[in-house]
Amino acid sequence: MGTNAIMEKTATDPAVRKMEASFLIDTTKCIGCRGCQISCKSWNQNGTDKTTAGPTLTNPPKLNSKTYTNIAFYESEHNGAITWNFSRNGCFHCKKPACASVCPVEALVKTPEGPVIYRADRCMGCRYCMLACPFNVPKYEWEKLSPSIQKCNFCYDRLLAGMIPACAKTCPTGTIQFSDSIEKNLTEAKKRIAENPGKYHNHIYGEKEAGGTSVLLLSAIPLDQIGHAKVGDQVLPDLTWKYISGIPAIIGVVLAAGIGSWVITRRMKNMDKEDEQ
Amino acid sequence: MSTERHEIKMFTPMTLGLLILIIAGAVSVYKRMTLGLGATTNLQDDFPWGFWIGFDVLGGVAMAAGGFVIASAVYLFNMKKYKPIARPAILTAFLGYLLAASGIFLDIGHPFRIWHPVVMWQIHSIMFIVAIHVVIYTTVLAMESSPMFFERIGLKGVQRFVEKIMMPIALFGTLLSTLHQSSLGAVYLIVPDKLHPLWYSSLLPFSFLVSAIMMGLSMVSFESILSSKFFKHKADMSILSGLARGSIVAIGFYFVLKIFILLSGPGLGAAFAGTMESRLYLLEMAVGVIVPLILLLLPSVRNSMGSIFLVNCFVIVGIVINRMNVSIFGLLRHAQERGVSYFPTGNEFMVTLFLVALGIFLFKFACKYFNVLSYGEVKN
Repeated sequence: MGTNAIMEKTATDPAVRKMEASFLIDTTKCIGCRGCQISCKSWNQNGTDKTTAGPTLTNPPKLNSKTYTNIAFYESEHNGAITWNFSRNGCFHCKKPACASVCPVEALVKTPEGPVIYRADRCMGCRYCMLACPFNVPKYEWEKLSPSIQKCNFCYDRLLAGMIPACAKTCPTGTIQFSDSIEKNLTEAKKRIAENPGKYHNHIYGEKEAGGTSVLLLSAIPLDQIGHAKVGDQVLPDLTWKYISGIPAIIGVVLAAGIGSWVITRRMKNMDKEDEQ
Repeated sequence: MSTERHEIKMFTPMTLGLLILIIAGAVSVYKRMTLGLGATTNLQDDFPWGFWIGFDVLGGVAMAAGGFVIASAVYLFNMKKYKPIARPAILTAFLGYLLAASGIFLDIGHPFRIWHPVVMWQIHSIMFIVAIHVVIYTTVLAMESSPMFFERIGLKGVQRFVEKIMMPIALFGTLLSTLHQSSLGAVYLIVPDKLHPLWYSSLLPFSFLVSAIMMGLSMVSFESILSSKFFKHKADMSILSGLARGSIVAIGFYFVLKIFILLSGPGLGAAFAGTMESRLYLLEMAVGVIVPLILLLLPSVRNSMGSIFLVNCFVIVGIVINRMNVSIFGLLRHAQERGVSYFPTGNEFMVTLFLVALGIFLFKFACKYFNVLSYGEVKN
């Protein structure tokens, strides 16, 4: 189903309309089975990559145009023992997404239910979304002559059909927990940190990052040690809106200054001429 | 006076060189269009914008600023002294914008959807603001350049009419340029976590505007001197020293602005941290700002065509370095943290060379067949 058709359908289903889709991803529960990666590829019919052995077991090593989510493998010392730290990469579905705000053609949009989705038929391929995304999520089909942006869409089609996203459905350990409320997931995350002293690094990644996201991450160690960018709390679209909202004022000033200087300099020239005569 | 353009020779070694570059570059353009971005550029997921955005778009648009600077001097400030350089300045701006628009056309993944922003408005997007300005301002520049075309084909009445309404056209052009130059800086406001603090600032739009004015003044002067060498057209020294005096004001202001941004942002230490970024920052400041400012403050420099030419080169190169720093080098650190780097492919360079050579060729062509260089001198 095309995304436009999906958007039209949302208007008709009140239960879906009220939803505020959210993931709580508790990486301490992850066993690195990569079931989420596989189900994501299956549902979205994304092909496979030819990969080579890297320094870690992360495979594919990065998100790409055919990989909306992957599990990153990190080894570290935790409480004196070597442990695996798994982390899940993917779109955070920001509350105020930078990608959607910079898109000149509304190809990327924040849906009322939370997912940030992409409408390929509008995209002209400027790739400003890729630059703007603080999490480096949107990927491009560089090899194609008619390329599109590719990224996780929170299984928007499944949500509208009353199902939870494919990755959450597959996860055997409850690492990826779906909720129809960000608030509920946030409360749960805080509860887990409070009830398990020492188990978690005391930071809910996504609570404040980029002004808050729909995906919340918990981990045993700081998230920048498992591949997540350090992102400020600033709502990014506000930074550009400050400039754009000032444009009417700039127009007024330039017009006034332009007309003013034209009138004044012309009179001065005329006065000079009169003096000469 | 107007017979002078007939002395411009079209078949020279320079023209031949330009034609070779155009043909060789056309092959690279063809490759880009038939093989795609991945096969012909080093752009990648962690570095989506490269040399074409940095040089062709940001550099090209800044180089075009001479058009609105001179148009507002002549038509808004009534400085008739500069009328002889109005036509070449506006023509350069027109060609600069065509360069930028062609750069965007080749850079975007779907070149033939370049018109999408014009119908699919999204006013929260700086890219939308930028796109609309490119479209409208290129039209305005075409109108500002049209009198010499009408003059050439003998439509004197139309020419006089367009010249009569030049003041509102120039005012509109100045407005669009102010917004467009600054909005190109505003493009980078959204990446506070990615762009190096030496360049990231909430004042980016303003600093892009001021540096574009500097660049515009230098480009116009640079061009007048080159025209005098190549086209045997005599450059007016009083115009050149006037532009140089204007440059002192613009560069002085920009210097204060850049120091303010540095001190209120990352601090003086960041400029001397010994990193790649700090060296590039110092290079940009030395070449584009400090050396030209010191030179221009010497009266002997302001009165010598050769010295003014040298200063112009410094400013142009310095501002291009600034645009490359913002669009490429300032973002490299972030990309390197993600394990990638970026250096343009030969194909990317060739496409840019193609556009630049085409621009210079078209300028020469226009000087030969239209009254570009000798307009407005009769009154002096």
